[in-house]
Amino acid sequence: MTEPRRTPLYDEHLACGARIVPFAGWSMPLHYGSQIAEHHAVRQGIGMFDVSHMRVIDVAGTGATDFLRAVFAGDVAPLAAGRALYGVLLNESAGIIDDAIVYRMDGGYRVVANAGTSERVRSWLVRHASAETHLHSRQDVAMLAVQGPKAIACFHEATGFDASGLPRFAFAWHEERMVARTGYTGEDGVEAIVPAAEAASLWRRLTEAGATPAGLGARDTLRLEAGLNLHGHDMDESTPPTAVGLGWTVAWGEDGAPVRRFIGRDALERQRRPEQLLRGVVLEGRGVMREGFKVTTERGEGTVTSGIFSPTLGYSIALARLPRGSKGACSVQIRSREVPGQIVRPPFLRSNK
Amino acid sequence: MSETPEELHYASSHEWARLEEDGTVTVGITDHAQDALGDIVYVELPDEEQQVEAGAEAGVVESVKAASDIYAPVTGVVIAANEVLEDAPERVNEDPYGDGWFFRIQPDDPGELEDLLDAAAYDEMCSEEE
Repeated sequence: MTEPRRTPLYDEHLACGARIVPFAGWSMPLHYGSQIAEHHAVRQGIGMFDVSHMRVIDVAGTGATDFLRAVFAGDVAPLAAGRALYGVLLNESAGIIDDAIVYRMDGGYRVVANAGTSERVRSWLVRHASAETHLHSRQDVAMLAVQGPKAIACFHEATGFDASGLPRFAFAWHEERMVARTGYTGEDGVEAIVPAAEAASLWRRLTEAGATPAGLGARDTLRLEAGLNLHGHDMDESTPPTAVGLGWTVAWGEDGAPVRRFIGRDALERQRRPEQLLRGVVLEGRGVMREGFKVTTERGEGTVTSGIFSPTLGYSIALARLPRGSKGACSVQIRSREVPGQIVRPPFLRSNK
Repeated sequence: MSETPEELHYASSHEWARLEEDGTVTVGITDHAQDALGDIVYVELPDEEQQVEAGAEAGVVESVKAASDIYAPVTGVVIAANEVLEDAPERVNEDPYGDGWFFRIQPDDPGELEDLLDAAAYDEMCSEEE
């Protein structure tokens, strides 16, 4: 096995007391002492995450738009420069290769994909790119997420850039930084893609401006409270977007217009009403739901795909693949016990955005 | 570095045991264990008057990361459980050898404590695990 890779912020993590763990081929901070304290910092103030392990791929050339319209189930054509779109890349069976954000830049696009799927995404894009499409996997950048109700003010203080006028899913350039009003926590904030050489000094300035370093642990509990899926757990290449609450990201095209072609469309049309759907479960008894636990509903059995103890709510919440139509009471098998729960529609928290 | 007080006895499953002056044995999890588990969110304790056996499951500790069984280090009867942990499980992280204790046993044979590890042997075991 090769040594895990280090992001440009690795030394900053050590200096902040990080517990480092291997994650998707990288050495990443799990937490800096208390995952729960970091979680609360993001909900109540400002947290910051090193997300440099995510894969940044620039797409250019005269074929770029047609290419992305084919490999992405959302439609990038209507995107104006400075706007971004969340969506999924599908395989021929309509399984989700990855979820990603596509940013429309002047003269091209930028795709940000997950770390765990990054090689799969890169080779998939290379395979489908035409001669008129140029792909450039950026190894020279770092990515930081600054999240929380005070994140915009903190980022302003640390960089001089005021993102408060940016709508959600819009971005702007500030010097060589790309600053987007996006995130994975259910809070307001920005994600900044910056030159790798600048990452450490930016990290330190953000710390001085009051941002609490937060690790992968808090990132997971925050995204789950916000009802956001994690690839490899709540969805993968065996699940169509219609089964995991992401049907809304698919652009089928206008009625009466020529059929919009994208990879996976034919298979997806046959899976518009999957038998199992991703739902939320809140636990009413003691214990913590974990991935793989069995859920029994009045419509049959299902499985937890992600489960945590929610620091904000004070009880366990989960995403689970459940039979279509199941609702109301359910029970979750936690080791030898059956613990009562309720089926809900995510998000588990009302958004602060 | 995690702390391992000299005067306690340790199980290889990461519980500590302390012989009190009244002959009872207090049980908790070690500093090393709480650090490895991360923030603790639930503790399931045995009932009072429950019979427990050395090496057998006597409770569960759930952290943000995982659930782990707690084993009784000696055989006996549970005479107290730390109710504070019901509402404040984080006390285990903050003070694993003090306020974060789990339960107290009236042991059948206090001599069983000698079957456990001393601090040096426990530290050595932990460093080999890493």
